[in-house]
Amino acid sequence: MVRVGVVGMGKMGLSHLAVINAHAGVEVAGICDSAKYVLDVLGKYTGLATFTDYEVMLKSVELDAVLIATPSAMHGPMVRAALDRGLHVFCEKPFCLDPDEGAALADLAKSKGLICQVGYHNRFIGAFREVKRLVDTGAIGRVTHVLAEAYGAVVTKPKGSSWRTQRAQGGGCLYDYAAHPINLVTWLFGAPATVAGAALVPVFSAETDDQVYGTLRYDGGLTAQVSVDWTDTSVRKMTTRLTLWGTAGRLYADRQEIQLFLRDDVGALPDGYTAGWNTRYTTELSDPVDFYLRGEEYSAQIDGWIAAIGGGALENDFASAVETDRTLAMFIDNDGAVEANFRAPAPAAAKTGMIGKLMGRR
Amino acid sequence: MAHKMAHKMDRLLFGDNQFFGINHMSEEKARAGAMRFQKTQAIVDVLDVALAEGVRTFMCTTHDRILEIVEIMKANPAKYADFIFYPGMPYAHKYANAVTEDGYLGTLKRFLPQEGLFDAAVRGGMSIANKDVEGLITLLVDAEMKMFEGVNAPVVFLQNVVVDLLLGLKFKDAFRIFADHVRKRYNAEPGFITMNLPLLLRALEAQGVENPIVCANMNKIGFRMSGGWDAYVAAIDAYPCRVIAMSIYASGAIPPAEAIAWVAEQPQIESMVFGASSRGNIRNTVELVKAADARRAIAA
Repeated sequence: MVRVGVVGMGKMGLSHLAVINAHAGVEVAGICDSAKYVLDVLGKYTGLATFTDYEVMLKSVELDAVLIATPSAMHGPMVRAALDRGLHVFCEKPFCLDPDEGAALADLAKSKGLICQVGYHNRFIGAFREVKRLVDTGAIGRVTHVLAEAYGAVVTKPKGSSWRTQRAQGGGCLYDYAAHPINLVTWLFGAPATVAGAALVPVFSAETDDQVYGTLRYDGGLTAQVSVDWTDTSVRKMTTRLTLWGTAGRLYADRQEIQLFLRDDVGALPDGYTAGWNTRYTTELSDPVDFYLRGEEYSAQIDGWIAAIGGGALENDFASAVETDRTLAMFIDNDGAVEANFRAPAPAAAKTGMIGKLMGRR
Repeated sequence: MAHKMAHKMDRLLFGDNQFFGINHMSEEKARAGAMRFQKTQAIVDVLDVALAEGVRTFMCTTHDRILEIVEIMKANPAKYADFIFYPGMPYAHKYANAVTEDGYLGTLKRFLPQEGLFDAAVRGGMSIANKDVEGLITLLVDAEMKMFEGVNAPVVFLQNVVVDLLLGLKFKDAFRIFADHVRKRYNAEPGFITMNLPLLLRALEAQGVENPIVCANMNKIGFRMSGGWDAYVAAIDAYPCRVIAMSIYASGAIPPAEAIAWVAEQPQIESMVFGASSRGNIRNTVELVKAADARRAIAA
């Protein structure tokens, strides 16, 4: 039985709590949020031990691991506190706003032998796993170009200020949305050599970006175009897509399906696929989970983390999340003009006086 | 408490995913659906076809556009005298977006009835002060049920995202509060949609919700049946309940004739919900179910 503390009772935190609390191999030993009202309701109706202070929770309950779903600017110090106590960590994405801090934490976790994962759930979607398998086995030959997209209706008008509206706190389309398709690209091909033509565009936001465009360039010629917009009201919910062009075919995937076109003149075809068009749906690509909430991937990533603590293979470790963080930082560096507007002078720690707003949730 | 006679559910219920750009198989098909049903009359036209084919129960979310359908039907009472709504609440997207923007308390304020009703003010205010969810749950149910005033809604469902979130949290009392309120205030049967039927049935029994109507994926390939087919059957046997099968085609993975033949043979399943957009598909489904039920009756 893995004893887990969960910190951050926002939308993602609650969802994670429900999933991990339903896991047969986990005992939730404490939950933590600075918002006392939400915490009190949860305490009253779930019987879970509640804490308004993270350090107090770490000190007062016996834990093997923590799940961190707080605003992104708080990940670094919270992860470090957990690692210092020898706890395994599951941290929401993006991992750390400062990639060097993330790299140091990845090294620390490795040196201590701790099992640490970041919540890039797309890697647990059956369709994207099949993409990974097909690319790794060379099914579409040498990949020459990738289009990585995400669209959704998150910011559709100007909003009041919160951590989510500020680049310096980890808010914005780059950190919150573009991180997902970019993480899929780095999963397949690693971090790029450079990012060019980055455009981090505010549409409705005052202190961060709402659209993310740019090109990843790799040694060897591979390019990847990123197109992400979270002001798109035409889609019902977040839509993440990959399209890959290779010397032996073209591969498209979203969370529901893959469409694979294979040339018939370039050698052996992958098992189960024919030359020309192939379509596979989530019904055949998804593995069942013991508990389902909002999608198999949310349970699968938690199952994967708990299994890795027990000795299984780990996906989305800190080091791989740092590759994504570094790529996000390259977008900011390449987009000099917008950066000047959003890089707030005050570091995150200076704002912790607004503890109720900041400390709580994501 | 003495309940009214149990509501007799139709064998075949009509779902609403196809009208609102939801397709669990393909984003392209979802978008095509959203385009086709942009005008509410296009939805009503399909409901009319279903009604003509004898499918008169519409299991729908509390999407804003359902209100427009309700208004059209209320304007034609003779035509829709037999039409039945099974509302499923909440339409989770609007709440999820609001929570991100306004936080939990801000969201409650936004969705609680705004008319300044004394009753609502007392229930809401007392609830917030006491951290007691009963008043909040009942107020939110009332806010969502407002659009169904004046139409026949004999079963009221709690949607799976909320049911399954509460299940995972092991949240006490909420299902019972919902069930009691739906029975008392709306003289309707409570229903629960879930992707985790075995867990749900145990939780409902623990909270004292008797013989609940439950709606869960039930299909030949076991798609999105958490715990698997055997666990579902064992739970249904252990805890008396009335089962509606959804996702009977497993998002299109099973051909209709094969899917329905299988579902119709399962003695645990009382009703099934399906979505279709054309007269041909609706009629075909009705005929397949009739034929399968006839075969089963002969075999018995």
